[in-house]
Amino acid sequence: MSRAASAAEATTGDPALAGPSAGEPRTRTAYTYARYVAGKLAGAAVSLFAVLVTSFFLFRLIPGDPVKFMTGGRQVSAEQLATYRREFGLDLPLWEQFTDYCGKALTGDLGTSYQFRAPVVDKITEALPNTLLLTGTAFVLYTVLGVFLGTRSAWRHGRLGDRLNTGLALTLYSLPSFWLGLLLIIVFSVGMGPIPGLFPTGGMESGGEEGFAYVVDVAHHLVLPVVTLVAVEYGQTLLVTRSALLDEMGGDYLTTARAKGLRDDLVRRRHAVPNAMLPTVTLIFVNLGRTVAGVILVETVFSWPGLGGLFYQALSVPDLPLVQGLFFVFAAAVIVMNTLADLIYPLLDPRVGR
Amino acid sequence: MKPPAPPGRARSSWRSRRSRALRLGTATLLLWAGLATPLSPAPQQAAAAEGKKVLTVAVAQSVDSLSPFLATRLVSTSIHRLMYENLTNYDVKDAHPIPGLATKWTPSADKLTWTYAIRSGTKWSDGEPLTAEDVAWTFNKMMSDDGAGTANGSYITNFAKVTAPSPTELVIQLKKPQATMTALDVPIVPKHIWEKVEDFSEFNNDKAFPIVGSGPFVLTGYKADSYVRLEPNKNFWRGAPKFDELLFKYYKDGDAAVAALQKGEVSFVNNLTPAQSAALKGQKNIKVNDAPGRRFYALATNPGARSKDGERFGDGHPSLLDERVRHALFMAVDRETVIDKVFQGHAVEGEGYIPPRFADYFWKPSADQKLAYDPAKAAQLLDEAGYKKNSDGKRVGKDGKPINYRVLCHATDPNDKAVGQYLTEWWGELGIGVTLNCLDNVTDPWLAGTYDLAFDGWSVNPDPDFVLSIHTCAALPASPEETGATDNFICDKQYDDLYAKQLAEYDPDKRADLVKQLQSRLYDTGYMNVMAYPNAVEAYRTDQIESITTMPEDAGNIYGQDGYWSWWSAVPAAASGDSSDGSGSAGVLIGVAAGVVVLVGAGVFLAMRRRSTAEDRE
Repeated sequence: MSRAASAAEATTGDPALAGPSAGEPRTRTAYTYARYVAGKLAGAAVSLFAVLVTSFFLFRLIPGDPVKFMTGGRQVSAEQLATYRREFGLDLPLWEQFTDYCGKALTGDLGTSYQFRAPVVDKITEALPNTLLLTGTAFVLYTVLGVFLGTRSAWRHGRLGDRLNTGLALTLYSLPSFWLGLLLIIVFSVGMGPIPGLFPTGGMESGGEEGFAYVVDVAHHLVLPVVTLVAVEYGQTLLVTRSALLDEMGGDYLTTARAKGLRDDLVRRRHAVPNAMLPTVTLIFVNLGRTVAGVILVETVFSWPGLGGLFYQALSVPDLPLVQGLFFVFAAAVIVMNTLADLIYPLLDPRVGR
Repeated sequence: MKPPAPPGRARSSWRSRRSRALRLGTATLLLWAGLATPLSPAPQQAAAAEGKKVLTVAVAQSVDSLSPFLATRLVSTSIHRLMYENLTNYDVKDAHPIPGLATKWTPSADKLTWTYAIRSGTKWSDGEPLTAEDVAWTFNKMMSDDGAGTANGSYITNFAKVTAPSPTELVIQLKKPQATMTALDVPIVPKHIWEKVEDFSEFNNDKAFPIVGSGPFVLTGYKADSYVRLEPNKNFWRGAPKFDELLFKYYKDGDAAVAALQKGEVSFVNNLTPAQSAALKGQKNIKVNDAPGRRFYALATNPGARSKDGERFGDGHPSLLDERVRHALFMAVDRETVIDKVFQGHAVEGEGYIPPRFADYFWKPSADQKLAYDPAKAAQLLDEAGYKKNSDGKRVGKDGKPINYRVLCHATDPNDKAVGQYLTEWWGELGIGVTLNCLDNVTDPWLAGTYDLAFDGWSVNPDPDFVLSIHTCAALPASPEETGATDNFICDKQYDDLYAKQLAEYDPDKRADLVKQLQSRLYDTGYMNVMAYPNAVEAYRTDQIESITTMPEDAGNIYGQDGYWSWWSAVPAAASGDSSDGSGSAGVLIGVAAGVVVLVGAGVFLAMRRRSTAEDRE
C-alpha cells in the first residue's frame, strides 16, 4: 500500500514540480481523472439504486403474507390483522410501499423489524461492530499472510517451499469453515490430551467484565474464530498474489532491473510486486466489502453475535424489513469497496482511467 | 547477476536489521504479556475468592422482546416467568393450580365473577409494595391498548371488567364462564414503572437495569445474542434462589454447547440429539436427564380447509374426507418403529392428544376403540371405502387417478424427514403414493389448506384449554383471507359441544372427564394421528449443580417448566465456585496467545517496514 501512496504523489505531484509551463498536461490529467471518478461514482450510485429496488421486490416474491406468518398459531381477530398491516404499511399498494421505502431509506430509516419490534437500523448497528471486529481482524491477518506467502511462493515457484505453501493453502481453503471451527473448539477449547482447554467455546464475552478486563476478555474470545477464518481465507489471497506475480516474472523489465545490478530482493519488492498488485488489490477490496456481511457459518459455530446470525434469523421468519435492510447493507458494502478499488487503480497504474 | 557489493557491509546490515526487528518483536510481545498477565487472571481469582456461584444455561433462541406484553418465544417467556410472578402457579408434582400472587380465588354462583385475594406484604424488587392495583392495571392495559395485548391478548378476550376494590382484592368479571381462570399465564408488571411507557408496541424493556419485578430473579444485564443475566430477588416472597447469578449464554450451535458443557463453561444444555446424549452419558460430572416431554408429535389430515362462513378453499385430497380412509392411514403407521428408529428410544409411543405427564387429563383408547397397527385391516378399509387398486397396484381416487398424498414437513426437522420415508414405504404397500414437501416455510401452504397431510406438534400446557381450542369450529378463519387460530381446519359439532361444556365446568374432576371425552372424540375422527411424545433430553454438570427440581418432580424436565421451579430450586455444588471455568489458571497463556495472533500480523508488518526503510538508506 505504500506503493499506492507514492504513486499518488507521483501523479498529482509531478506536474506541479514541472512548473507553470506544464499547466496544460496537469489540467488534462486532472480532468481525465475527475471524469473517471465521476463515471465510477455514477456507476456506483446506479448500482446502489438497483440494489435498493432489488432488495424491495426480490423479497416480496417470497410467497405468503408476513402478518399471517407472524401471527400463525395465535388467535388473531380480523381487526388485529388489519392493525398489523397498517402498522407495517402492508395495506398500501405495492408502488406506494416502494416509494415510501425508498424515501425512508434515503433518510437512513430501513423500517421496523417484525420479530424484534425494533428499528432495523438499530439491529444492524448493534451487530455490525461485532462482525467488523471478527471479520476485520481476520481480514487484516489473512491479507497480510496471503500477500506475504504468495510473493514468497511465486518468487521461488516450483521449489519445495512453494509446493508446501500452496498445498497447505489449498487444503485449508477447501475445508468447511464450520468443521474446522468445531475441530478447534474440541482441541483448543475443551482440550485434548496434553493440550489444555485455553479458549472459550463460544460467544464474544463472558458477560460482566468492564474496562481493560473486557478488552482482554473479548480478545480471548476472538482468537479461535479469527484463526478459523484466517486458515480458510488466506489461501485465496495467496493463490491470486502468486499467479499474478508469476505472470510478471518473465518480464524484460525485471531482467533490466537485475542487469542494473539490483539485488534480487529489491527487484522483487520494488519492481515485480507493484506491477502484480492489481488483481490482488481487486480481491482485497472485494474481501473488504464482504467483511461487512460476516461469515454466517463461523459466526454460528462460535455463537458470535454478528450480522450473519441476524441475517439467518431474519430469513427464517421471514422478517422482511430486516432481510431487506441487511441485504441492502451487504450489497452496498461490496459496491462501495469495489468503487474504492476502481478509484485507486489509476493511482497504482496510470494507464487505467486514461 | 548479483552485484559485487561489499559483502561484509551487506551482511552486517542484514544482521542488524534482523536483530532490530527481533528485538522490537520481543519487546512488543513482552509488553502484551506484561499487560495481560496481571490483569487477565484477576477477575477469575476475584470471582473464586468471592465464591460467586453462577448457574450458566446454554440457550440458542434469540430473545424477541423483553417486554412481557410483546414476547412470544419460549426463551423470552421463560425468562419473564423468572422476572414476574403470575396470579397463580402450577404445582411441581402434578401441575394443579397453586397460589402465586393470589392466595385464594372464588368464582361467583353465576360463574361470571372471579374474586382473588392478593398476597399482602409483598414487595417489588425495588421495595415498593405490590398490590391488587398493579394486577388490575396490567389486565386493564392489555384490554385497552392493542400494543399491550400483542402477546397475551387471548387471555383477556372474555374479560368484561377488572377492578381492585382494595390492595388485597382483585375482581374479574367475565362475559361468559371460563374454567381457565386459574391458568392465566400473564406476567404482572409494576404499575409505578410501566405507566410511564408511551408506546407498548415498541417498548422492549431492555435498556435500564435492573428491571423491577416480583419473581425469584431480577434481570440485571442483557446483550442481544450474547447473554441474559439475572440475580436473586431478595424480596421474593417464596425466598431468594441459592445461586448468586443465573446466566443464559448463547450457543447457536448445539455441538459447541455440548463442548461448553464438557468443559464446564456452562452448567446446563437442553435439546440434545440422540447422538449428543449418547456421547455425554457416563461422562464424569455430567448427568443426562432423559425426561418425559410435554409435546406431542402427530400427523394431521387436511379435513377440507374452510372458513367460518362455510366457504371451502385449499385443495386437500377429497378421499381424506372419508373417515375410513383416515383410519386406514392411521392403522398403516407403525408407531413402535417410529419410536425405535426415528427417535432412537427418546420418546414415548403416542395415542391420546395430551402427554402422560399431565396425569389428570391423560387419556388412552380402550381396547375395542384402538386403531392398532394392522396393514391388512387398513387395505380392507380402503377397499370398503371404494379406493381399490388398479392393474398397476395403485389405489385410484374417485376421479380415476392414482392417489398421491402431499405431506407437509418441516425442512429443519430431521424427524419429519425420517418418518416421511417410513410413510412412503408403509403407504406405498397399501398402493398410495407419498410426496414429501419439506419446506422452511410451512405456514403458507398450511394456512391456505394446500396440503393433504402435515407433520404437526404442540407443547401442551398444564391447562389443556389452548391445544383443545385449536380444533373447534370457532377457531376457523372468518374468511379464507384471514387467519384463524385453527390448527388444521377441524370442525366437528360433537367436539365443539364437549369443548363448550369443559370450558364452563368449574369442578376439576368433572372437567377432566370432559377433556378425556374430547380426546376420545378427536381420536375417533382420525384427523390427528398422535404418533409420539418426544422426550426432553437435557444434561447438566453435577460438580456445579448439587440438586435441581424437575417437573413433574419424580421424572420430569428442567428447561421450560411451567413455573420457575428448576432455577429457583437449584442448589450450587460445594466445588462450583472455582470449577465454573477451567481457564483461570491459564490466564497468562491466554493473554500471550491473544497477543500472538495480533503480533503475527503486526510483526510481519513491522519487519517489512524496517527493511524497507533500511533499503531506502542503502
